[in-house]
Amino acid sequence: MSFINYSSREINCKIVYYGPGLCGKTTNLKYIFGNTAPDAKGKMISLATETDRTLFFDFLPLSLGEIQGFRTRFHLYTVPGQVFYNASRKLILKGVDGVVFVADSQIDRMEANIESLDNLRENLADQGYDLDRIPYVVQYNKRDLPEIAPVEELRSLLNPGGVPEFEGEATNGRGVFATLKAIAKLVFMELKRSRST
Amino acid sequence: MAGPDTVIFEEEFTKINAVCDRLRGEANALVVFIVDKNGQLISASGETEHLDTTSLASLTAGNVAATGGIAKLLKEKEFATQFHEGEKANIHIQIVGQRVILVVIFDTRSSLGLVRLRVRKAAEELNKVFDSLVEKAKKPGAMSVLEEITDEDIENLFNE
Repeated sequence: MSFINYSSREINCKIVYYGPGLCGKTTNLKYIFGNTAPDAKGKMISLATETDRTLFFDFLPLSLGEIQGFRTRFHLYTVPGQVFYNASRKLILKGVDGVVFVADSQIDRMEANIESLDNLRENLADQGYDLDRIPYVVQYNKRDLPEIAPVEELRSLLNPGGVPEFEGEATNGRGVFATLKAIAKLVFMELKRSRST
Repeated sequence: MAGPDTVIFEEEFTKINAVCDRLRGEANALVVFIVDKNGQLISASGETEHLDTTSLASLTAGNVAATGGIAKLLKEKEFATQFHEGEKANIHIQIVGQRVILVVIFDTRSSLGLVRLRVRKAAEELNKVFDSLVEKAKKPGAMSVLEEITDEDIENLFNE
């Protein structure tokens, strides 16, 4: 649900990074924060536990430039990945404009990926969204680790619909900005489409 | 897509800012701001230069969302008001018309009673403004900026 202010000439959108616990959602945001010009970003906020696990959300406001004389701003959020934080995940999806699903490529995390994707679909449906109709991209993260599943296998399990997908190594930044750009593009295309029909 | 986009036009923006300014004066508050339920800052009045209003907006909305989740579990519609008392500053959070959040930050120069009283009046005024905004946003052409976005605009955003 975008926010358009004609007075201050701003378009604001909300993107949520979703995925199982420890898949690298926060690491994606940290990399973006660390590699964006100071004037294009706000403060990154992490509501985390003492052991650095996301408790409620991470938040990063980002400016992307101008469209039709309007400044575009993206609010990036992560959800807490651990299974028992589902109530919080539902809240964070409210008003979302686009979703990035960060999958953990490690073979032993495949079940957690599938469970998280099912959970995303359910939680979106609770808010009145259909995962097959909203701007949505997938990132296969942790490609730098051993014991990872081939991309073809990840695709068949997690991306049968064939949405834009990226290989990621969020710790060193590979795929991070490609993922962000892809979801931002889809969000704008959807904004345009939803108003043109 | 669920729910409409939030859109603010010049006329209503001026009215909302005026309500914020007046409330700040009448309640002797340090800062007044309005946030939509998704955490987007709509308006801010007062000594905001030293405040990270973007983060405040996002955290306030998160706080209200979490409290709303608790209300739901208790089969309450919502907890419309929250108050947090600090050593120097206090914060009063009020949900207005189930759609925006009115936040007042104040210190010892004001009191909770005064803030509550003034917030009630401001909330009524804000409700009227947001009602008219909803009507306006429904009219054809209200979101013309979105209709005019070209594929080239979107590409250019990433080529700078």
